[in-house]
Amino acid sequence: MTAFTLSTSARPRHLLDFQGWSRERLTALLDNADTMSQVLDRPVRKVPALQGLTVCTAFFENSTRTRVSFELAARRMSADVVSFAAGASSLSKGESLRDTVEVLTAYKVDAYVVRHHAAGAAHLVARYSGKPVINAGDGRRSHPTQALLDAYTVRQEFGTLEGLTVAIVGDVRHSRVARSNAELLPKLGAKVVLCGPATLLPEGLAALPGVTLTTDPREAVRGAHAVMALRLQQERMDAGYLASLQEYADTYQVNESLMREAESGAIALHPGPMNRDLEISSDVADGPRSRIVRQVENGQAVRMSVLYHLLVGRE
Amino acid sequence: MTPKATILTADEVRRALTRIAHEIVERNRGAENLALIGIHTRGIPLAGRLAAKLSELEGVDVPTGRLDITLYRDDLTEIARQPIIRETQVPFDLARRRVVLVDDVLYTGRTVRAALDALIDLGRPEGIQLAVLVDRGHRELPIRADYVGKNLPTARTEVVKVRLTETDGVDLVELHDVETLR
Repeated sequence: MTAFTLSTSARPRHLLDFQGWSRERLTALLDNADTMSQVLDRPVRKVPALQGLTVCTAFFENSTRTRVSFELAARRMSADVVSFAAGASSLSKGESLRDTVEVLTAYKVDAYVVRHHAAGAAHLVARYSGKPVINAGDGRRSHPTQALLDAYTVRQEFGTLEGLTVAIVGDVRHSRVARSNAELLPKLGAKVVLCGPATLLPEGLAALPGVTLTTDPREAVRGAHAVMALRLQQERMDAGYLASLQEYADTYQVNESLMREAESGAIALHPGPMNRDLEISSDVADGPRSRIVRQVENGQAVRMSVLYHLLVGRE
Repeated sequence: MTPKATILTADEVRRALTRIAHEIVERNRGAENLALIGIHTRGIPLAGRLAAKLSELEGVDVPTGRLDITLYRDDLTEIARQPIIRETQVPFDLARRRVVLVDDVLYTGRTVRAALDALIDLGRPEGIQLAVLVDRGHRELPIRADYVGKNLPTARTEVVKVRLTETDGVDLVELHDVETLR
């Protein structure tokens, strides 16, 4: 009958990024994702933990997998879900984000999952709604639940993150996934090596603890336990960041040749959606080292755990 | 942390569990097709001990499982700090089994209600029974135990503290005032 509780007194109200999230709480969040994974393997894949609460998924930017993953996670926890798509909303009639959020809050929404093309949008929703907010990706800034599911997938493979090295290869400059992983993984004891062409590798990220930068992909993956390929947005070439896609692929593609430089049991990751045979070769994406499908599976359990941590037990 | 009273000593805990094991055998006409599922935390070692006693009495290995009911509780908003979810492990098919849920203390009945929901989500047992070491009263739901080690009338201002060797290094059940535990 005893309830075991986390000892940290300061409990984050939102998941906008990892500021204010202690290692202890992040570890508990990943531990509880194990339980959520078990729930998803049961005959009845649903628990009543969030019964009576309403979660709004507010996506101001196109997304299929993240939105569906969050909606399923909320439904698996018995929450009611209302979906808000910006294209079909009054925002297209000129209503401001603030007005939209205030209207939704008046409908008694208990929590928001927000994706927006502008960095900081989730912070604004948190301020205007007064409700817990989960950032599902804001501009180039942050995508915390993707980083959590990446960390969870690596931890699942090796049993720990302590002392591991994760190499992240590709368009680091425009990647909120890379930023969130660079913020999260060192908090959990892993080292991060960010790698890409100099034009796509912001030097400022080297200031983050536990993070190193290199333009040499072989150096990046040497000794790595996990190698993550980042999606290359093809419009970057038009903006003059790359000489050619072929040249990029020749140097930075995560393929069997590059993976041979990593630790013998190293795994390959990709946040999706993939440009096959551009940033990652098909033989790696579909091969025995790939954990890309596992990442998608883990996304739901991790998001259930995030919802639990933010919403359960709050007055 | 001086207790108001010692409710069960180590020997009395052992005797109570022995009696409960006999009652389980008698009521179920043996130990075939039984399973024991302990509710976190102290229900788990109690279920293990009952399984050992059933094995002694009947020569049958009764499978045991563990249940965490955190995700099924209806009182989480009243908990200031967030509980950690522990592992649920029921490594056998519940169908056609009579399950004995095991917990240390039966109080409001809300834990047992949550356990029933959690169990039914895992499968469809033939029947569910409830064994508790102490029934302290103050039920808020129409739930009763089938097997009770000790019926103990208490005040709501009192706390029944169960300690077991596996979790606390000693077998002992004590009654405390809430005030002395603060």
